[in-house]
Amino acid sequence: MRPDIIVIGGGTVGAAIAYGLARRAEKVLLLDGEDGDFRAARANFGLVWLQGKGLGMPAYQALTRHSIALWRAFSDGLEAETGTDLCYEQNGGLVFCLGEDGFEKRRLEMMRLHNQRGAGEPDWEMLDRQALERLLPKAGLGPDVSGASFGRHDGHTNPLRLLAALHGGLLRLGGGIRHRSRVERIEKAGADFRLVLAGETLSAPRIVIAAGLGSAELGRQVGLDVPVHPERGQVLVTERLAPFLPLPVSGLRQTTEGTVMIGATKDRVGLDASTTTEAAAGLSRKTVRLIPALAHVGLVRQWAGLRIMTPDSYPIYAQSESHPGAFVALCHSGVTLAAFHAEILAGAIAAGSLPENFSPFHQRRFDVPQAA
Amino acid sequence: MSNEHSDLSHTDLLIVGAGPAGMAAAVTARRHGLSVRVVDDQPAPGGQIWRAVETVAATPRLARLGEAYRAGVDRAAAFRACGALYEPQAQLWQIEPGFRAFLTREGRARSVTAEAIILATGAQERPVPFPGWTLPGVLTVGAAQILLKTADSVPDKPVWIAGCGPLPLLYMTQLLAAGGRIAGFLDTTPRGRLGPALRHLPQGIARFGDLLKGLSWSLALKRAGFPIIRHVAELRADGDGRLESLRYRSQDGREAQVAAEVLLVHEGVVPNIHAALALGCAMQWNAGQHCQVPVLDAWGETTQAKIFVAGDGAGIGGAEAAEPRGRLAALRAASKLGKLDEGAAETTARTERATLARALALRPFLDALYAPRPQVFAPADETLVCRCEEVTAGELRSRAAQGRPGPNQLKAFTRAGMGPCQGRQCGYTMAHIVAAVQGRPVEQVGFYRIRPPLKPVTLGELASLDEREPAA
Amino acid sequence: MFRKLHDPGPATVTVHIDGRPVRAEAGESIAALLLRQPEGWSRTTPVSESRRAPYCMMGVCFECLVEVDGQGSVQGCLTPVQDGMSVTRQQGRRSLSA
Repeated sequence: MRPDIIVIGGGTVGAAIAYGLARRAEKVLLLDGEDGDFRAARANFGLVWLQGKGLGMPAYQALTRHSIALWRAFSDGLEAETGTDLCYEQNGGLVFCLGEDGFEKRRLEMMRLHNQRGAGEPDWEMLDRQALERLLPKAGLGPDVSGASFGRHDGHTNPLRLLAALHGGLLRLGGGIRHRSRVERIEKAGADFRLVLAGETLSAPRIVIAAGLGSAELGRQVGLDVPVHPERGQVLVTERLAPFLPLPVSGLRQTTEGTVMIGATKDRVGLDASTTTEAAAGLSRKTVRLIPALAHVGLVRQWAGLRIMTPDSYPIYAQSESHPGAFVALCHSGVTLAAFHAEILAGAIAAGSLPENFSPFHQRRFDVPQAA
Repeated sequence: MSNEHSDLSHTDLLIVGAGPAGMAAAVTARRHGLSVRVVDDQPAPGGQIWRAVETVAATPRLARLGEAYRAGVDRAAAFRACGALYEPQAQLWQIEPGFRAFLTREGRARSVTAEAIILATGAQERPVPFPGWTLPGVLTVGAAQILLKTADSVPDKPVWIAGCGPLPLLYMTQLLAAGGRIAGFLDTTPRGRLGPALRHLPQGIARFGDLLKGLSWSLALKRAGFPIIRHVAELRADGDGRLESLRYRSQDGREAQVAAEVLLVHEGVVPNIHAALALGCAMQWNAGQHCQVPVLDAWGETTQAKIFVAGDGAGIGGAEAAEPRGRLAALRAASKLGKLDEGAAETTARTERATLARALALRPFLDALYAPRPQVFAPADETLVCRCEEVTAGELRSRAAQGRPGPNQLKAFTRAGMGPCQGRQCGYTMAHIVAAVQGRPVEQVGFYRIRPPLKPVTLGELASLDEREPAA
Repeated sequence: MFRKLHDPGPATVTVHIDGRPVRAEAGESIAALLLRQPEGWSRTTPVSESRRAPYCMMGVCFECLVEVDGQGSVQGCLTPVQDGMSVTRQQGRRSLSA
């Protein structure tokens, strides 16, 4: 198969774009790196989340809202295509508040976002302790929990199944995936991009760089200078438990298997995906404060991933001016934005260019303004 | 037990494991004046080979467990007397650079520090996956031997044993001496192994005594009169919630189904590599033993400075190889910590290395003779390869064929390796399946990335972990 | 499945397994004791509620997980019995006790 588009990066962002392109009958090849590469996609928490997002960047708030609105149909389509149950639940989500101060602080944050959004039905509310207990009767909340903010559109999914389904869906739609295929260099060869791998080259007229932290090096070669840096997040997962937490909480959710995921830290340590016991202790203290009975539960694994962080933490979507046909897509919310990536972004790339409403996400927003 | 530094959270040396290597290392290190802490997940010293030796030594059972086991009595006594701080029933679940080790003991998690570490965590039996291997009643031969040593227990009914290697022969001898009964031995040594193995025999001739011992076990077992079926290639266990029958097929086509309540399996031992992997020590594939071993220098030091591996964790060699390995690591640690002149260390080391070489002389012969049969690495599709997460061989094969993922990608997609054992029972099988499906040599496939905790710990234990203690 | 070759005599202790008192020998492991019980199995899995019993007896298979004196998911093969100890077989997923 001679691909129309090569997507570099088989994580949640790259795979969603590739899947979306394949659904639009593009001939897509997805290139994925080595088994031991950093792979933020394998460390993801699994929230499909709207509340609290985008304070200071209305375009991101709107982008997230758009993706969330598409997620159910996206998930259903992917499940129908692959037979993989993504375990997507959209029954609302919570952010716990500690103490009266914490409750008030959260309420004010939510109000600011609400006002930033402007028009629209309120899709969130503050729940006091009693209301929260009614919602989570089996959880046994710690005494400091004063309540929570509830976001009606929030939910969670199984992020690894999502990734597996995107890969599987891509293959079923006739796309190709090559693992252990890191791109060393990108060259221009006439109308095509020539990708140089160890021991071979691949060509296509269009490429999408969705290689996470590796996107800077590759992007530079095609006129897309994207500032990204790693931010480590450490996550804990417990043994499987009988269901007790029916709704996801920011930083705490019970999966379909019954395990409880606890996260996450924000460590600026460079390209270091190792874990620290200090973080495990801190995350455990936070958790036991929220739900004391979790003290008796066993930790099965701790891991870390490197978030794809831009200077303002919001995504970068851009197409190259110097190298037409080259696109870049990166963000640290690949799960929440997966529907947007598969539907809207892939559609724009298939059509050949990103429309104007993508411009807030161009990396030029980071450029120091020139003196007049 | 001397507790002269029991209040310290810092010692020169931390030894993980109190088997032959750990004990030998502790005694040597103490002799050179190092402060030593030994952390052991067992309740008493001895590791696996000398498990519960202190308790058993006080009973008449010692005699029927054999000479090799009896040797543990003196070792345990010397270890207890050497002045090392011994922490039994301690689960070590993480080690961080520096070194800071985290362990749980008596329900409480804490950290200790050390300048150098010797990992002496020994070996485990190679996983032997086949349909039904997760049924209650299927255990390893080593498990049955531990039951004999620690609980003086034998299978209630005549037991079936399937496998190959010295351990099944030893156990069967010990079992019969104890009055247990054997229903049959399914010898899984493939046909044609003896020829190539004999090539290695000349270098093993210094261990003639061991060879004779092994032969005498075999002859005695033959005389015992239970059925011995040779060249068994396939096994399956059946039953409703417990083992009720087993089916086997030998290379020459013999097939039978027999009733069984307990089946003991064994296909060799492999080093415990989890702690070394977690610490970032480089590994290499040992082709003769079909397993990963840490990359070690002549002292047993890994690619991470001041982390050593001694004993079966360095490569299978038994107690007689474990002890010189332990002593070599301790000598080097002492010398690196300035407690022993390098020249003196080298002089002593020469003797230890000679002892080690003699101890390992028979290994190539045994490894070649008892190399696992290929079916161990290629279980039938319905076999649960990952016992913890209940992932079948078929599912792994089908996923491994889609785009050629590596073991960590495959783990992410199937959950194999995500359970508490973290690949101890499935990692090698998964690697072999990936290799077979993708046409790659297994030594290139790799292993799961090992993450903490290495052993169970609760959120409450973590939450109450002492704040960073200042190094002593 | 297994039987003891000698009577513990003065070293006998009483352990409660799922509420039932059982004789054991001081110092032997919980897993060894469970393998001598008529049930044979010692837990059912949280994944499929299949019956399991100890397999390796040395701490590398995690099949012997039991609740001991209220603490869940303890490796029975590494834990010596003590007089008055309470052992509960875990079935399926553990409950979050409030």
